[in-house]
Amino acid sequence: MSSTAQTSEKAGPRTRRRSTPTSRAPWLLLAPFLVVFLLTFILPILAAVGSSFVQVTRKGLFGEAGVSQEFAWFHNYALALQNSSFISSIGRMFLFGIVQVPIMIALATVLAFLLESASAKWPGAFRAAYFLPYGVPGVIATILWTFLYVPGLSPVIDVAKWMGIDVDFLGAGTVLWSIANIVTWSYTGYNMLIIIAQLKSIPGELYEAAHIDGASPWRVARSIQVPLIAPALMLTTVFSIIGTLQLFAEPQVLMSVSPAIDSQYTPNLSAYTTAFAYNDYNVAAAQAVLIALVAFVLSFAFLRLTNRKS
Amino acid sequence: MTAPTTGKPETTASTATTSRSTRPGTRASTKIVVTGLLVVVALYFLVPVYWVVVASTKTTTDLFSTNGFWFAPNFALFDNIKAVVTYDGGIFVRWFLNSLLYAGVGALLATYLAAAGGYALAKYKFRGNGTVFGLILGGVLVPGTATALPLFLLFSQLGIANTYWSVLIPSLVSPFGLFLCRIYADATVDEALLEAARLDGAGEIRIFHVVGLRILTPALVTVFLFQLVGIWNNYFLPLVMLSDTKLYPITLGLNTWLSQVNRLPEFYQLTTGGVLLSIIPLAIAMIVLQRFWRGGLTEGAVK
Repeated sequence: MSSTAQTSEKAGPRTRRRSTPTSRAPWLLLAPFLVVFLLTFILPILAAVGSSFVQVTRKGLFGEAGVSQEFAWFHNYALALQNSSFISSIGRMFLFGIVQVPIMIALATVLAFLLESASAKWPGAFRAAYFLPYGVPGVIATILWTFLYVPGLSPVIDVAKWMGIDVDFLGAGTVLWSIANIVTWSYTGYNMLIIIAQLKSIPGELYEAAHIDGASPWRVARSIQVPLIAPALMLTTVFSIIGTLQLFAEPQVLMSVSPAIDSQYTPNLSAYTTAFAYNDYNVAAAQAVLIALVAFVLSFAFLRLTNRKS
Repeated sequence: MTAPTTGKPETTASTATTSRSTRPGTRASTKIVVTGLLVVVALYFLVPVYWVVVASTKTTTDLFSTNGFWFAPNFALFDNIKAVVTYDGGIFVRWFLNSLLYAGVGALLATYLAAAGGYALAKYKFRGNGTVFGLILGGVLVPGTATALPLFLLFSQLGIANTYWSVLIPSLVSPFGLFLCRIYADATVDEALLEAARLDGAGEIRIFHVVGLRILTPALVTVFLFQLVGIWNNYFLPLVMLSDTKLYPITLGLNTWLSQVNRLPEFYQLTTGGVLLSIIPLAIAMIVLQRFWRGGLTEGAVK
């Protein structure tokens, strides 16, 4: 068997119609990944979509007379969309994303340019310092910043008071931006590293040519570096959009110190509350599907928009 | 590695083409301004870490009565750390080991699975190749939190919710890792080398393990690190899956301590001490392993 396969291999590597080792090998190699992928990605997604169309009714006062399930079309979606807290949580994330994502990407780009411009001392140390927060879990980052937000504990508030400014990091109008600060703190360094990687892949001859042409550093940045790092900028922006819609740990941890954050402050928090506090898995499934859809639509819309421009 | 090669032509070219009399002066002042700017930004990124270092050396009363940015006269760091590791029969140590288990074992196996899958998709042309890759790429875009709820229901039915397996099994899949491995295998694993191994009579699976894995090593380090940090930082999945505090990773455990500070102020000391202990290994790992992040990311970005 193996010897015939060997000869057919020698005859022509592209003929893999029959069940030769080379036609079975890719599936054998893929199998472990695919099994776990099916179990933890495809199956749950199908289950979520399926249960989002099902309505469970409990008979009797406490459901003691049995539970019945029936296909409910878009009933759960209607319920999810009628929930004004859920809708306003999505609106809140739009506001958050429109302000926080551009600030973070711009900051990451500027830092990457400065570190790569060779006009700064100790670039390695700075890069390490900026990247460090990425290794701090969101929960722990939030706990860290909580200490700097809570009155009585926070030296920042003390300093501001001494200067005659009253700041409240946890109020209804400010807490969203306090969360934005934590997210920016956590992910700027990571995005910066992706942009630096792309900057390093620009061939040196391009810079040489630009200098021979007498281009200023500003002109080099605008005409060579920015266009060539566009793929990295798009990648980081799409990941940031998806990340914004998934916001969960930061508001959930801050909830214990800020009364301004309710149990449906972000879309994910809302789905979590619906599932585990109200035990309404079907509506929670509809919410999860809606969150994923919005993430998809926004990512694709962004990619289409930037592709058309260039 | 690439830094000096791209950086050097720029500096040599600029000194060669521009007049030497004006350049050095502007260069020095630019350097001071840029470095100063970077120092200010570095302060922003390091202040919370500095605060927790200071806070963990204080007693609970000093924590509220002294300046947060400077040390108090009583140096209570060792008492605090002792309290953290001995509280509730050493539950903190258990959380730490749990995190190590989830992240270490999960990332190691996930890297192997991603390497095998990515190699298979890059090096074999077979029916369904494109479909499988598209499906997995779609997985990168699906919010992790969207799958966690139905996954919990599924695992409840299988009877493995609230066990080590419920956190470990979902951590084994890294669509992004497979994506990186496929790009890297495509660019670096030479077809002629594989043909030579085949002529020597080696089986396909053996070729992957002996030839493929060795060539893929730089990409594997990056995938491993991404997955390690991803699992270590994951909060939603264990929150949904686990109810037994003995199975908690460190993130979940510290949050249960923080949520008690309103009733019991001594939990402030436990939380700050615990946060400090949990950050130290991460900080060391991030700084030591920084060059590996860069190397792998560059490979992915070049394509």
